[in-house]
Amino acid sequence: MSKENRHIIAVLMENESGALSRVAGLFSMRGYNIESLTVAPTNDPTLSRATVVTRGDDRTIEQITKQLNKLVDIVRLVDLTEAAHVEREMMLIKVRATGNQREEIKRLTDIFRSKIIDVTESTYIVELTGDSHKLDAFMSSVGDDHILEVVRSGVTGIARGERGLKV
Amino acid sequence: MELSGGEIIIRTLQDEGVEYVFGYPGGAVLHIYDAIFRQQAVQHILVRHEQGATHMADGYARATGKPGVVLVTSGPGATNAITGIATAHLDSIPLVVITGQVTSKYIGTDAFQEVDAIGCTRPCVKHNFMVKSIDEIATVMRKAFYVATTGRPGPVVVDIPKDFTAPHIKIPYEYPEQVNMRSYVPVSGGHSGQVRKAVELLAQAKRPVIYSGGGVLMSGADSELRQITRELGYPITSTLMGLGAYPSSDDQFIGMLGMHGTYEANMSMHNCDVLLAVGARFDDRVTGEIAHFCPNAKIIHIDIDPTSISKNISVDVPIVGDVKKVLLRMIELLAEDSRRANPAEISAWWDQIKQWQAKKSLAYEASDTVIKPQFVVEKLWEVTNGDAYVTSDVGQHQMWAAQYYGFNKPRRWINSGGLGTMGFGLPAALGVKFAYPDEDVVCITGEASIQMCLQELSTAKQYALPVKVINLNNRYLGMVRQWQEFAYEGRYSHSYVDALPDFLKLAESYGHVGMKIESPADVEGALREAFAMKDRLVFMDFITDDTENVYPMIEAGKGHQEMRMHPKAGELA
Repeated sequence: MSKENRHIIAVLMENESGALSRVAGLFSMRGYNIESLTVAPTNDPTLSRATVVTRGDDRTIEQITKQLNKLVDIVRLVDLTEAAHVEREMMLIKVRATGNQREEIKRLTDIFRSKIIDVTESTYIVELTGDSHKLDAFMSSVGDDHILEVVRSGVTGIARGERGLKV
Repeated sequence: MELSGGEIIIRTLQDEGVEYVFGYPGGAVLHIYDAIFRQQAVQHILVRHEQGATHMADGYARATGKPGVVLVTSGPGATNAITGIATAHLDSIPLVVITGQVTSKYIGTDAFQEVDAIGCTRPCVKHNFMVKSIDEIATVMRKAFYVATTGRPGPVVVDIPKDFTAPHIKIPYEYPEQVNMRSYVPVSGGHSGQVRKAVELLAQAKRPVIYSGGGVLMSGADSELRQITRELGYPITSTLMGLGAYPSSDDQFIGMLGMHGTYEANMSMHNCDVLLAVGARFDDRVTGEIAHFCPNAKIIHIDIDPTSISKNISVDVPIVGDVKKVLLRMIELLAEDSRRANPAEISAWWDQIKQWQAKKSLAYEASDTVIKPQFVVEKLWEVTNGDAYVTSDVGQHQMWAAQYYGFNKPRRWINSGGLGTMGFGLPAALGVKFAYPDEDVVCITGEASIQMCLQELSTAKQYALPVKVINLNNRYLGMVRQWQEFAYEGRYSHSYVDALPDFLKLAESYGHVGMKIESPADVEGALREAFAMKDRLVFMDFITDDTENVYPMIEAGKGHQEMRMHPKAGELA
């Protein structure tokens, strides 16, 4: 059994109702792992771009990319993790902010180069962007006891330099 | 010319050259049925159950290579069709299935006979389309036929809300000449470097085997397959789905491989050093336990679908392409380069194979008192000169048909290999008969399978389709019983079929001829009598040995080299 690695697959597909469910359905019907899936239209309104984060050995990832390519609505895809790329995820996190904790969270927010975007007497909402590890690190720094609610966008990514995913 | 949506649908079928639509009317497709009523070019065939419609269209498609067309209503019409759609999907059969949908403003309201046909069929189609306006109908239909028939073929569903087919809304009609789909570009020729590598590898082989599958038939590459096999002089085996692509009676053919394949085919696979897989997908019924599969072979795999390659078995020379084009290129390369495998080694390999053949793994115990199912199939071959179109259902009778009816021509063997759908055989045979009214069309079935789509006997009467039904009646779900004998110490849990109908009377009540055959001595005479009745459907109920098993067999978890042979194999040989 070869090693399971994390892969980020970027997918350009027809911006049609149903295209997303074909992608999601493929992963569930074939028993592939799916860590996150994001999708939105691109600068070309006829195309949507999805980013799928999955995990598998080389053979599984090869099958996943081939099976995705086979879906009739999918125009093109690239495994971003095969070469240099940038990945980002956005998180909105609502934390308990009372007493000493208000100052502590503020300091953490600065260290992580994130922003407080909503303030009440007892809570902050922090907006944080980065790779998934950074978001995980922020959450563990705040600590479960102080986290009220978390929403993460899922990973999006783009290849560096001339390499890219275009029609 | 201005047409309504309903008329446009029928007009697109005419423009595609469709002869038959197999269907069943209902509320959501009434406008379309009205358009059918007012034309003659496309003939509608009224089935008795939507599953029957899909299998009929499927049988028609398998026999002709043309797409089969189905029309059903929304809700239960669509869900009843799903088994047939999935059957076609697993065997890569081109179908276009039009499902009616409730009026667009009611979609999502749990309206009467509403089901999410697109969602329900998504996992078992090549693609599906939801029509979103009347303007889209012609283009979507054009795309549906294009997607269904190109690349690796498959079923395509088109779901059309009722209001888009209404008679009072008319638009100008034009059938698109070309399909423009940036997201769907089927491959054709294989990578030339890979093809060259394959030819070089074949020339170095000492113990080669050619393993051919249903893709050869899909691609229409049977003559290329014969040519390259004869040029190389190598042994060739076939999957269940590929039977007939290479003539069974040819000396180089070593029989079907896999779970119920011949001893020589499976032993050749296990011991080969170069395997040429052509349009086959290394299905689990073929490979047996993957850990033991072809342990010493370099594998060349030609397939039009990249996902088939290295899915179950890692291959050494993958070639993505249309089988026919790739084989033609290989034949050219062989003509340019005279290097061939060492004849002494190939001859030694054939000597080894002949020793395996001497085991006569398909020999069975003959009987004067009870009808052996294998005997019926052998006699059927004689009576039809091995030239009939044979459909089957699923189970023991299917394997006996595959083992004992030596198919010599392509597209004559029609069965549900991938999904294994009981109920397939009869409607599929009717579909074939529509395509080839002057040919002998036979459905080999069992008393369990036939009851799953029995109602189509009525369709056969309405359209006067004189197929022959060979019912190998052993009073058991035979394959289930066999597994229970081998793997469950003979605990025959619910595999005995109690309370069977009198099939003779049943056939007669549908207006057909019924026959009951109970003695081996009567088998041939009865078959000759039945086939002499050219214009009648004859239902032949053969009361067969209820303990007969399909041999040889690779049991679960075993490899090709560990076949279970007939218990009296030594004596029979």
